[in-house]
Amino acid sequence: MVWVLRFSGWASVLVTFGIVVTLVTESAPFFGHVPFRRLFTDTMWTPLFAEPQYGIGALLAGTLVTTGVALCVAIPLGTLLAIYLSEFAEPRFREVVKPMLELLSAVPTVVYGYFALLTLTPLLQKIYPDLPQFSMLSAGLIMGIMIIPYVTSLGEDSMRSVPMLLREGAFALGDGKLGVALRVVFPGAFSGLASAYVLAISRAVGETMIVAIAAGLQPRFTLNPLESAATVTAFIVQVSLGDLPHGSIGYQSIFAAGAVLFLMTLGFNLAGHALRRRFHRAC
Amino acid sequence: MLSVGDFIVLASQNLRKQEARASRRRSIDRWFGRIGLLFTIGTLGVLAILLLNLAASGLTRIDWQFLLSFPSRRAAEAGILSAWVGTILLMIVTASVAVPLGVAAGIYLEEYAAKNKWTDFIEINIANLAGVPSILYGLMALGLFVYQFRFGQSVLAGGLALACLVLPIVIVATREALRTIPAAIREAAFALGATRWQAVWHHLLPYSTGGIATGVILAMSRAIGESAPLITIGALTFIAFLPPAPILSHAPFLSFDWLFSPFTALPIQMFNWVSRPGEEFQSNAAAAGLFLMLITLGMNGVAILLRRHAQRNIKW
Repeated sequence: MVWVLRFSGWASVLVTFGIVVTLVTESAPFFGHVPFRRLFTDTMWTPLFAEPQYGIGALLAGTLVTTGVALCVAIPLGTLLAIYLSEFAEPRFREVVKPMLELLSAVPTVVYGYFALLTLTPLLQKIYPDLPQFSMLSAGLIMGIMIIPYVTSLGEDSMRSVPMLLREGAFALGDGKLGVALRVVFPGAFSGLASAYVLAISRAVGETMIVAIAAGLQPRFTLNPLESAATVTAFIVQVSLGDLPHGSIGYQSIFAAGAVLFLMTLGFNLAGHALRRRFHRAC
Repeated sequence: MLSVGDFIVLASQNLRKQEARASRRRSIDRWFGRIGLLFTIGTLGVLAILLLNLAASGLTRIDWQFLLSFPSRRAAEAGILSAWVGTILLMIVTASVAVPLGVAAGIYLEEYAAKNKWTDFIEINIANLAGVPSILYGLMALGLFVYQFRFGQSVLAGGLALACLVLPIVIVATREALRTIPAAIREAAFALGATRWQAVWHHLLPYSTGGIATGVILAMSRAIGESAPLITIGALTFIAFLPPAPILSHAPFLSFDWLFSPFTALPIQMFNWVSRPGEEFQSNAAAAGLFLMLITLGMNGVAILLRRHAQRNIKW
């Protein structure tokens, strides 16, 4: 019995191993025949064309912009809600609202994609008529709403674990609730909040369906959120939708994109967990 | 020289200044409380708008014909039969792999594993696995399950991909449920001569069923809504047939041919309809989305209630 349990414990390591090995072996031919320099000097990402270009920057720009827009929504709003729920709201209100907020991240992402493309984009077009049907702005805004719960939930947890004594000390010196929240609790919980931000970034970078539906599938080197452009994840979807024979250049290119994506999110996840551990040790 | 009277005047001026400052702080706090409440309600409002939005354009499409028809080139005749059947079959595979494996892993890490660097390694691995984007599970499944193991673009490959994806959720939920059981229960079992496994099987597992069930429901609701990994392994969007039935009318009565059948699923079908031009297909997409929302939000609601119920009823 112990052996069965021990194997199950290691199964998760096996999954990670499977992901890493698959990404490495299937993308190796791609990185083998594409000169490394061209990944950074080319300005277009068209690995499937007759005269291919391999500027991965075009995909990274899309990911950067959509993630940036999402963070502009999620970090201020998520932090505001975290401060409100942890320092101002009645405990009973908080207990009801927190699980409801978490429903926002339980909504299937394809539904968010629908919402971004068919509801938000027409709305934004009324304000700014030149907005194309697919835009990184619209996808990013909706993605921001999706990741609010990650920021709020983790942020609120870390703010509430700031010792009550520190708050009482500040109140005794005559500071108000907001002052205590901003000058005592926020700095005290900062590494916990930072880990929430970093994990939210990782979510946004890896999010697929919203950007594939609403931000467009055409790789384009642009930092303008009002344009359409493919992200790393959207490129994988776009190629997967077509016919994809094993070992073809298209097949190899999505694993190459996947490897880049894995490295990025792994970096953010490790940083996020390191920050979180540091916060828990400090408490 | 200041007289006593001057001191009193100064002190009262000072007091007035302090009072003014305090009342300003109080009003700032009041305003922030209002703003916070407003934004909280506004954020929750997004959820309501989403539901209303889907209902407004999808509700008219929902009828028996929609539930019992295959996809079609004509929007009005299209339905989600192959999609919901596919989703159910996928969930059978996912649950039968992820639940035993995840619960066993949780038991191992919480009750058996020694505190050493190997256990730390597994724990860090699980934490990171939970943050891996879902589409990468799809790429793994494409390289490993579809081509290496030759499962093809089948229900089995899709279900396994989703099982790997939700494994960390089940593990973490199991561990948390086990952790809330006081050590005294274990010690009492050991004192009566129970082996570790007997303590787990007769005591710890039954007491943590609520917590584990909550985790399993959340994991399944996550798996139902996932589309990216299924698109990556090449789930087809146009499936006008059902996989072979799992139950036969003749011996051996059970068939596993459906495991190797091509499939589609609710989120895939919705994605397909969203990306088509034309308002008719959009209302199909909305109807499929409404189903997805009701299923996932319903499951999450059950999980929330279950957790609250479990917390309230247990008094150690």
